[in-house]
Amino acid sequence: MSNLELDSAMLSRLLTSLTLGFHIIFATLGVGVPLLISLAEWIGIKRNDPYYTLLARRWARGFVVTVAVGVVTGTAIGLQLSLLWPNFMQLAGQVISLPLFLETFAFFFEAIFLGIYLYTWDRFKKPIYHWLISIPVVIGSTLSAVFISTVNAFMNSPQGFDMVDGVLTNIQPLAAMFNPATPTKVGHVVMSAYLTSAIVLAAITAFHMLKGKRSTYYRKALKLTMTAGFIFAIGTAVIGDFSGKYLAEYQPSKLAAAEWHFETSENADLVVGGFLDDETNEVKYGLVLPNFLSILAHGDPNAEVMGLDQVPEDEVPPLYIHYLFDGMVGIGMFLAALTFFFVIALRLKRFNTENKWFLRLIVLAGPLSVLAIEFGWIFSEVGRQPWILWDIMRTGHAATSANGVGWMFVLFLLLYIVLGTLCVTVLRKMFKTNPAENELEEIARRK
Amino acid sequence: MDIQLLGITVLWVFLYGYLITASIDFGAGFFAYYGELTGRDHIINKIISRYLSPVWEVTNVFFVFFFVGLVGFFPDTAYYYGTALLVPGSIAIILLAIRGSFYAFGNYGAKKSRVYTFLYGVTGLLIPASLSTALTLSEGGFIEEVNGEVKFLAGELFSSFYSWSVVLLAIVSVLFISAAFLTYYASRAKDEPALELLRKYALFWSAPTILSSILVFVALQQHNSVHFERTLDYAWFFIASLFCFLIATYLIFQRKRYGTAFIFVMLQFFFAFFGYGISHLPWILYDHITIYSGYTNETTGVYLVIAFIAGLCLLVPSLVLLMRLFLFDAEYVKGNKS
Repeated sequence: MSNLELDSAMLSRLLTSLTLGFHIIFATLGVGVPLLISLAEWIGIKRNDPYYTLLARRWARGFVVTVAVGVVTGTAIGLQLSLLWPNFMQLAGQVISLPLFLETFAFFFEAIFLGIYLYTWDRFKKPIYHWLISIPVVIGSTLSAVFISTVNAFMNSPQGFDMVDGVLTNIQPLAAMFNPATPTKVGHVVMSAYLTSAIVLAAITAFHMLKGKRSTYYRKALKLTMTAGFIFAIGTAVIGDFSGKYLAEYQPSKLAAAEWHFETSENADLVVGGFLDDETNEVKYGLVLPNFLSILAHGDPNAEVMGLDQVPEDEVPPLYIHYLFDGMVGIGMFLAALTFFFVIALRLKRFNTENKWFLRLIVLAGPLSVLAIEFGWIFSEVGRQPWILWDIMRTGHAATSANGVGWMFVLFLLLYIVLGTLCVTVLRKMFKTNPAENELEEIARRK
Repeated sequence: MDIQLLGITVLWVFLYGYLITASIDFGAGFFAYYGELTGRDHIINKIISRYLSPVWEVTNVFFVFFFVGLVGFFPDTAYYYGTALLVPGSIAIILLAIRGSFYAFGNYGAKKSRVYTFLYGVTGLLIPASLSTALTLSEGGFIEEVNGEVKFLAGELFSSFYSWSVVLLAIVSVLFISAAFLTYYASRAKDEPALELLRKYALFWSAPTILSSILVFVALQQHNSVHFERTLDYAWFFIASLFCFLIATYLIFQRKRYGTAFIFVMLQFFFAFFGYGISHLPWILYDHITIYSGYTNETTGVYLVIAFIAGLCLLVPSLVLLMRLFLFDAEYVKGNKS
């Protein structure tokens, strides 16, 4: 991406990034929060513990607001795929439109049951019936992430067709969906969505606790979210590692650019951070982990890792993705460590899990986890450049030829600012006017 | 029936579903705002907010199913319509976004501000107007392909009599469909003041609906005489539509059987919409794409049709279930259960 003109293609990139960058926050929470709600309600029923049930109820209320914004921004990107990238959709649509359709299907499945879930809290004789309705919500939200990730995987690792004189033939939609990138992409997206949702909910809980609210309600919320977060953090890290190995085998130039690995070599070192000298391609002030790149790429410290020397110059993605990759992994490690310490502290009564500094770190973890999601996605998308469809179609050739993208960018920017602000305002108001304390009193009274 | 025809038919069913459910939603928003302006809001707004809460997201899915399915089944539509609809499409998205989230914020966020009801009401009319441009474009004459680049002739669209007649029809239909449904809903809720008011609205918008339909035919003959000739071949669709309209209006006028009346309104639009669609064939975009030229490959096509039909099988019962749980649950309707 060496030319920075604001042509239609560049503007299309910017608008797509804007929409996706905003949408992904709500989509990520949309995938993970239902699982936590379901867990909370389940525990509440099994242990006959009204605190957990209240947790599920309150989380569900806030969730609805984020789903609304997720739906409208999701509709936006769904249409913008065709509005901004008509050439891409004309081509790729022939192969990968099935999972695009299925994503909506899964989301709809989730939405129907979410509606029923929200409006039937006290309508069943046995509470377990209500909990059963949460299951299709979780399945729907997870599946929609799965399907949409297969589309992104396809863009990175296209297969399931033959290209004969610029025409697609012998199309196999299922092979296209289940391409080499799919397992790691789907796994990592889903797992990191679960992780981020758990951490965000934990952060909100910790925030309340720092303000002095220490009732059992908050303690249980923290325990649930941080414990779940620990499991998801490990899962995310493991699948992240597999993703690195996938990249090494199928998209080595993406990995090489991310790691600033210029020369193909064995015993490749991993460099964290640092500054790149444009002329000499030397990295200054980076933290060097010897042989670690070989281990990440192939599981063997002596393995050979392909460098950028093997990549044609016009196919090298922007090198700033190095910082995005390091940022994402760094935050991931932080989250894993934080949740790990929490779980340990729970076991060993010596350590106070409500220590002020610890709670502050948890609060910080909330926005950091969302930042990691952004870093990860931007890394993945920019790292795929100059391709919109790996090795087949360049992003520049896929963009619309219509005028007006610049104006649309301004309009959508304004829209997202308004939506984001309103979302936060509404959520704050919703919970301020009806703090958990009110409902907790009810519970205490009933006991 | 070949697969292309099957595919476009299912997609058309999605669009019809969107037409009905969204019209109810859009019109209701407008009536709510109008009610606030004329000081009658306490009468109808209660009814309106009860209906809208569980169903609005479902409405959106009909729309998304349609355009995702259209692009998947006929990928060339992405190329032509995608390019041409950049501005009108983006504006429609923004309006939908404003409406969708303001709705959620307003109802779940407690505060009912004037700004919100204004936007909610106004988008209810602007969205059908902007979305109708897609159908207008399909008649041809507004898109040009020059040197492999697609050009959208905006000037032509804005100065076209046909284009404006379609916008008028869209707006008027939304108000009529919505009023007819809400009349029925008010009668179920036994809310007499609301019923009286909404019945008046329904009758008020009935005549303009038919008149603007006639206007559209006149304009179509001028704009795309080929399509117009074909509508004459399928005249019985439109006659059936008129017939249903007359029955529906008669029932509402006689204060009888509002539910049946609404069914006939649905049928009125069913016949008109499918009559329009079938006479439009084989063109998806006049003079550029037919359902045969723009069709994806066989394998993807088959998978998609299976997915579409499965989608329909999920969508329709879900809608019925939601209707049962909320709309037709007597206690919920009368406001006794939340």
